[in-house]
Amino acid sequence: MSNASLTDKRPPSSLRGATLPKWFAWAVAAGAVLLGLGISFAAGLDSSIQWALIAAVLFVAGSYGISAKVEGPRQAKDRVATSLVWVAFLMAIVPLASLAWTTVKRGIKVFDGYFLTHSMGVVADTEPGGGIYHAILGTAEQVGLATLISVPIGVLTAIYLVEYGRGRLAQAVTFFVDVMTGIPSIVAGLFILSLWILILDMGYSGFAGSMALTILMIPVVVRSTEEMLKLVPNELREASLALGVPKWRTILKVVLPTSIGGITTGIMLAVARIAGETAPVLLLVWGANFINANPFKDPQASLPMYIYLQFTNSGGQGAAYDRAWAAALTLIAFIMILNLVARGIARWKAPKTGR
Amino acid sequence: MDTTTENPAAPPALQPAETDKGAARGASRPGDRVFIGLSRGSGIFVLVLMAAIAAFLTYRAVLALSKNEANFFTTMEWNPSGVPPQFGIAVLAFGTIVSSVIAMAIAVPIAVGIALFITHYAPRKLGGTIAYVIDLLAAVPSIVYGLWGALVLVPHLNGLYGWLDDYFGWTGLFAWDGGPARSLFTVGILLAIMILPIITNVSREVFRQVPRMHEEAALALGATRWEVIRMSVLPFGRSGIISASMLGLGRALGETMAVAMVLSPTFTIQASLLDAGGGTFAQNIASKFNEATEMGRDALIASGLVLFVITLLVNGAARLIIARRKEYSGANA
Amino acid sequence: MAKRIDVSGLNAYYGSFLAIEDISMTVEPRSVTAFIGPSGCGKSTFLRTLNRMHEVTPGGRVDGKVMLDDENLYGPGIDPVAVRREVGMVFQRPNPFPTMSVYDNVAAGLRLNGRYKKSQLDDIVEKSLKGANLWNEVKDRLNKPGSGLSGGQQQRLCIARAIAVEPNVLLMDEPCSALDPISTLAIEDLICELKERFTIVIVTHNMQQAARVSDRTAFFNLSAVGQPGKLIEIDETERIFSNPSVQATEDYISGRFG
Repeated sequence: MSNASLTDKRPPSSLRGATLPKWFAWAVAAGAVLLGLGISFAAGLDSSIQWALIAAVLFVAGSYGISAKVEGPRQAKDRVATSLVWVAFLMAIVPLASLAWTTVKRGIKVFDGYFLTHSMGVVADTEPGGGIYHAILGTAEQVGLATLISVPIGVLTAIYLVEYGRGRLAQAVTFFVDVMTGIPSIVAGLFILSLWILILDMGYSGFAGSMALTILMIPVVVRSTEEMLKLVPNELREASLALGVPKWRTILKVVLPTSIGGITTGIMLAVARIAGETAPVLLLVWGANFINANPFKDPQASLPMYIYLQFTNSGGQGAAYDRAWAAALTLIAFIMILNLVARGIARWKAPKTGR
Repeated sequence: MDTTTENPAAPPALQPAETDKGAARGASRPGDRVFIGLSRGSGIFVLVLMAAIAAFLTYRAVLALSKNEANFFTTMEWNPSGVPPQFGIAVLAFGTIVSSVIAMAIAVPIAVGIALFITHYAPRKLGGTIAYVIDLLAAVPSIVYGLWGALVLVPHLNGLYGWLDDYFGWTGLFAWDGGPARSLFTVGILLAIMILPIITNVSREVFRQVPRMHEEAALALGATRWEVIRMSVLPFGRSGIISASMLGLGRALGETMAVAMVLSPTFTIQASLLDAGGGTFAQNIASKFNEATEMGRDALIASGLVLFVITLLVNGAARLIIARRKEYSGANA
Repeated sequence: MAKRIDVSGLNAYYGSFLAIEDISMTVEPRSVTAFIGPSGCGKSTFLRTLNRMHEVTPGGRVDGKVMLDDENLYGPGIDPVAVRREVGMVFQRPNPFPTMSVYDNVAAGLRLNGRYKKSQLDDIVEKSLKGANLWNEVKDRLNKPGSGLSGGQQQRLCIARAIAVEPNVLLMDEPCSALDPISTLAIEDLICELKERFTIVIVTHNMQQAARVSDRTAFFNLSAVGQPGKLIEIDETERIFSNPSVQATEDYISGRFG
């Protein structure tokens, strides 16, 4: 194998590959969409999913075909990869956009002050009217209680892992915290069901739901707090220890205040996550149409539970669906606001904790 | 870098010789003792909690299983309150696995694609925005996905189902009787959307960790962008993608409300994925719970125990892969 | 194979920051040209503009002309991927593909660029490894992962990988800075052999190394931190080290700063 025969394989001006212009990808995309629409009309397809799929296939195939002709097989493969990645991205955006759009469009119908301040007490599920006051109250109490229990446990566990834990125990805790993040919410619900309701015979209540939510919340709080504590530079701890400050005071007065912004963010994200949990609430809180302000006694309502009940008890009635969407809108708005505020705090605090 | 094992060498500044026991012994001040006790107690509480979950579920499950007059694993019937009580998880196991497999088949390639898009294709700002949007996708509660799936997705799938029936109906898998699209296949699609964020986020993190020098090595040889990804990014990220997928699988297996709202359940195993019917562990618990007797609840707990064990295995395996990979990449970095 | 590089009026940016300003020079074929200068003077950046690797870094942008014989690398219609195939590069830290064997590492570039018969590939891999003075050390473990070699061997493996595709120019970005003295010596010997076939440009922090291996030396400097790096002078290595025409060069070489 000589050099000469190697070089022979190259075109005369090897640097100047035939390249398609920059707008090529856009042109193919536009062509694919138009063709996809055209075919759908011609064949009388009504579903937007279908023409989008046709367009996606045409886009990928078109990019490959034309590029392989003009630029060669390597560039063509590169273009196929690029177009596949774009298609993947669009396929993820479409459901999100549809979900957001539908929730707002259909939720806004009955979403008003009345809806937020009234319960379903005297309204049949198939009739218009009523509201979600009792559900908001229930969610607030259940989530609040769960937060009250899981934050101290979660933060202390994280402190243990970062500041004290070495050895086997710490490894086991770390591993099981990770595994706990993956426990299906319905299993957490079943556990509390068997312990609290079936064995201790305590009856359905908001608090029973809170305990299940706690199981779901603890690992999230531990994880995020751990990350934040690890970001605190060791020099800070050493400086404090070197002054003769006991370790527990160092942690309370130096380590925690430094990372409090990040920890708050993590807790808020955890709250956002459990606020939408339905399965454990379904098993443990049972749901109610009336206002029950006492989370420790008798069934309560909750926002996600309300959506589920309106959906299942609708009897196909528009009024119940409208309420379900409006409640979904409320829930999503609450979660998104929590998310935004939490991220805002994270961004605002980030430079200080960073170095 | 957001997970797993406490590296023993990580914060060496904190009295390096201090072991777990030593910390307790060495701390003579009452304040330290109390604080260590509290924090270690919380850690132990987490372990006890996990043990308690397993123990109580098993206890109630055994109560139910001892009265069960049918084979728990093979029976295709759910009649725990009957005389004699007969119930089995064959249908649920089938439905859970099938819907999760469909979800993975759809979600993994798309999620890896999006992760690559964010890290290697999109301009930086756009990449950040998309990562944020994907996070939002993760924040949407499953009940809302369920509502959307039942009222928006299901009616939209009729066209696609017709297609699948026309072109692939001969396989039997994709034969469709024309009924509402409340089938395991639809459940799979919905689950795919729901597990997309976690797979995307973990893969993205892994792709971001690919050492720049490996990519530049490929670039300097005259590799196109795709060839760079194939030569250096994907081999480096393979175990990360696997564990990300398993985390997603864990979610898909245990998802309850969205499945309960979309699926129209029957206690049968059918050849066609597109015909309404079937069930999953979690969905069955949610749907049957309200009308269940005490025996019925224990039977549901028994099925929940199976789900618990499966998700435990899947998640544990995923975490172990991540932990192993981290040691490996840490040694090289 | 070797080609001449002719740079004129080249500026390179990171975002809006001008990293190197108005560089013009000629790199002779079949010779070694060394770039020296204090940290941050842009010599590595400049090196990376010679195979269009600079634009891979986010915000990286170049204007000016780089002629490879009679073709402008930054001219319209030039495919950067093809450029990098013609202008090979060896990096500061050895970077063999960790999941590939020694053999696959050397063959990686060839496999990208076309189909070869197994026997052809075997020949080229052997020839390239011999060219990198590595053959005798690895011929018995061609199928073991490349990351299992020592640092110096890995770097020579990277050189073998770069020369396997028969580039016209070989760029080396501080190829010895992560290596021990013995491995460094091996690489320096190798550079002297390779210049028979390739145009070689090497960035180095080590002035003795520049003096030992290069035929011509270019000195880069920057007036202050935050200011763009500039080419101060380029000349025969001997002249640069004995009797440079600019005072700053002499100050740098005699160790007064940098």
